[in-house]
Amino acid sequence: MLRLEQRPQPSKTMLYITPILAVLATMVLGGALFLAMGINPFDAIYLLFIDPFTDSYNLSQLFVKASPLILIAMGLSIGFRAGVWNIGAEGQFIMGAISGGAVGLALWGSTGWWILPLMAVAAALGGALWAMIPAVLKIRFNANEILVSLMLVYVAENLLAQMVQGVLRNPEGMGFPESRNLARNEPTALPDVFDPLGIDAGGVVMLVLLAAAFFLLQKHAMGFQIKLTGESPRAARFAGVKPGVIIAVCLGISGAAAGLAGLFELTGAAGKLTIDFPVGYGFTAIIVAFLGRLNPVGILLAGVVLAGTYIGGENAQFALKLPAAAVTVFQGMMLFFLLGFEILINYRVRRVVR
Amino acid sequence: MKFTKTLAAAAAMGFALTGVANADSHGETVQAGFIYVGPVGDLGWSYQHDQGRQAVEAEFGDMVETSFVESVPEGADAERVMSQMARSGVDIIFTTSFGYMDPTIAAAESFPDVRFEHATGYKRVENVSTYSARFYEGRYVIGEIAGAMTKSNKIGYIASFPIPEVVRGINAAYLAAKSVNPDVEFKVVWVYTWFDPGKEADAANALIEQGVDVIMQHTDSPAAMTIAEEKGIYAFGQATDMSNFGPTAQLTAIIDDWNPYYIERVKAVMDGTWESTDTWHGIADGMVAFAPMSDAMPADVAARAEATIAAIAAGEFHPFTGPLNKQDGSVWLAEGEVADDGTLAGMNFYVEGVDGELPN
Repeated sequence: MLRLEQRPQPSKTMLYITPILAVLATMVLGGALFLAMGINPFDAIYLLFIDPFTDSYNLSQLFVKASPLILIAMGLSIGFRAGVWNIGAEGQFIMGAISGGAVGLALWGSTGWWILPLMAVAAALGGALWAMIPAVLKIRFNANEILVSLMLVYVAENLLAQMVQGVLRNPEGMGFPESRNLARNEPTALPDVFDPLGIDAGGVVMLVLLAAAFFLLQKHAMGFQIKLTGESPRAARFAGVKPGVIIAVCLGISGAAAGLAGLFELTGAAGKLTIDFPVGYGFTAIIVAFLGRLNPVGILLAGVVLAGTYIGGENAQFALKLPAAAVTVFQGMMLFFLLGFEILINYRVRRVVR
Repeated sequence: MKFTKTLAAAAAMGFALTGVANADSHGETVQAGFIYVGPVGDLGWSYQHDQGRQAVEAEFGDMVETSFVESVPEGADAERVMSQMARSGVDIIFTTSFGYMDPTIAAAESFPDVRFEHATGYKRVENVSTYSARFYEGRYVIGEIAGAMTKSNKIGYIASFPIPEVVRGINAAYLAAKSVNPDVEFKVVWVYTWFDPGKEADAANALIEQGVDVIMQHTDSPAAMTIAEEKGIYAFGQATDMSNFGPTAQLTAIIDDWNPYYIERVKAVMDGTWESTDTWHGIADGMVAFAPMSDAMPADVAARAEATIAAIAAGEFHPFTGPLNKQDGSVWLAEGEVADDGTLAGMNFYVEGVDGELPN
């Protein structure tokens, strides 16, 4: 019979092999599911996993979808490393879009290269300030940041609804609750940088910030303090790390990143603020952060793979008449296997003879 | 790594072999794509559009091929789905929710040879048509029924988003209810979603706690109907016949019948006569239809409903006929004046007598 046995050291090899194992297991089991539904499993798996990376149009859309996920996940991962659980990135994403969008709408009609950067600063501030609410409540009253940040998502959603029906509503929009289209107005539109790959200015900022996060965690004293707080809060306290500072920094960084992602989504792919502007990037990014093992490079890969299955899933729906629910089951399967196989990092399978 | 590459190659080969059959499916057949905001199993709005898609298949058989993508969010994702559908070689795409308006226009600019049909919007270009139904005619009919059937004189209304389409429905239903029952009162709950059975059920429960005994809805799931059945009050089916969920609760239902329109538009593509149009059909053209009147309705109530349906269909009666004031008391329509389509299309005010403020 088989038995699990704890490894003396977590296995480095397994750390990198398990994601690949998870993808393969998903392909096999997902393929069986598709076969049972009367759909050619090779077609389906090709469309879900390979087509998004080979076709030039799909590739350009891949980064449009992956960029906000990676940017938010990058911010969240820093907090998660320190044991600061910001679950409300979706709210900070919305607040960033509202703050940055409001600046762009207030300057409607003006021109200048400085407008978009100003909007980005406003968005980062908006997101960071929204994240400061759980930070302050945690530091002052030890309120649980998971609950506070999550509840603030719903507050942000309602604020967005108020804004697009009120002050930010398009005066030429026939009363429909939506703002003007910022992506169709030169000074507020996010410029493309490398069109064939769908990398726009937001994607470039994302890559730069990802590199900065890598530097912060690997080389900077603050990164060391963050990691130490996560691994051993008591040791961190003895080493003179102020927990309040760590909480504020972590929530501030993740809020600012989510806010920026909101602005890039607004001035790029979405164009305008509407009631259903948020589509859950803030929540999906939590998955991306953990899939990527809270590591900047891992997050980049995880964001691209997850975005790929979304895009492939849409294509598979109309090309193979695959129901949307089957695609969701498939994505769920991948996460399940990923988390399940994680046990192989700390344990190994031994055959025991009785 | 080598192993995954081999697998990728194997998968690619599998696709190549079967892909041939897919690739030559063009030629004489017309391909029609549909994009839905909810799941086809919502048993409401998206379900009814999918009935239209199936009607197209049934009508044209082998001459047409249809495909759809369900649960497409109304934001940035919509344009990608439309573009990918257009790239796959479809001839006409029906985008069936208001929020797809700008994405539809943008996709239409990128794919000038593909024809687009956008439901409930107001922006058109050379290859984008718009179409909608005069649901307010249906709302007027069920408003009359609700006004007659309520005992508590409180009617609940589950509203989605404060857009003209929804506001128009509330106004029409209120005017109708008031015309048969001067004491009637409307309680409107805004849920800010088209499809969320959980929220819709919560809204229904909240309304019932406030003493409501008839519920109307402008959301897509049968959740409220289920609650109405449980609590022994009345409700109306939305978009489709929901009597399965409320065999005693459903008084009637407004049915969105897209079938004739979809068949007509696909036919136009086949004949090469398609051009950009704006269609707003009502009871007269059959786009707005009704489920059978429930036996719970007294004969005079049902007869009045049938008479109203006939009068609207014949063009003898318009739900928005003056004298009518806006909620703030200002005059909207003078005696005998009928609302023009432009004002109706952009309606962002309540009529006099509706309680509460439009979210603003």
